[in-house]
Amino acid sequence: MKIKATVQNNVTSVKMLIPHSMETGRRKEKDGSVVPAHFITEVTATCGNDTVFHAELGPGVSKDPYLSFQFDGAKAGDVLKVSWVDNKGGSETGEAAITAM
Amino acid sequence: MGISRRNFCKTVAGSAASVAVLAMMPGNLMAKWSDKAFTANDLAAAIAAKYGSLPIEDSTAIEIKAPEIAENGAFVPVTVSSTIPGVTSISIFTPANFSPLVASFDVLPRMKPDVSLRIRMAKTANLVVIAQAGGKLYRVTREVKVTIGGCGG
Repeated sequence: MKIKATVQNNVTSVKMLIPHSMETGRRKEKDGSVVPAHFITEVTATCGNDTVFHAELGPGVSKDPYLSFQFDGAKAGDVLKVSWVDNKGGSETGEAAITAM
Repeated sequence: MGISRRNFCKTVAGSAASVAVLAMMPGNLMAKWSDKAFTANDLAAAIAAKYGSLPIEDSTAIEIKAPEIAENGAFVPVTVSSTIPGVTSISIFTPANFSPLVASFDVLPRMKPDVSLRIRMAKTANLVVIAQAGGKLYRVTREVKVTIGGCGG
């Protein structure tokens, strides 16, 4: 996953792009078989000891989810950790150092 | 002071317990994925499954940024922000889709009520955003025209 976090005036802006098929469970192959649902259910971001972001996603989120949010109180050099889990037990954790804008 | 066997065991057990508690915390702090809200197949049922029977009022203090016409329903860029004080949760719904709840964000103490993402819309329909503040729900609705649906198979 790609994470970009920049801080300006005490506000950190985070953008992330998570490669994931986000199958809805309603799409059919050409032979008529249904592609099973496979999508990210939760995304969490932490900075220091605080959870600064928590989202629940459903299959209505586009393929390769892009998410952005803002939070207070971090400074350049702090590390932002992002992790996600999907409905099949898959998961990934990534991190990025926050940079000054 | 020397380290007695008893103290050593206590210390080790104590730190192991702290680690276990820390490891468990995210799970305990975070609500489990709202499966009932995400699988509900009509808008009212999805809102009720997510927020219960809290009163809902329309609000002008929530802003939805989305294209008026989305050429590709598979990637509709949406930004939602709110100026309502004390917002703790923001959810995005659209009755265009088989399951109307698209995503739900906890607005945590350090977080701004301002999020962006890309969503799927199967057809032209409203976006309905609900924000919770205290024991109340605030709603804003906006239509997005979809040229090519995003959930085709």
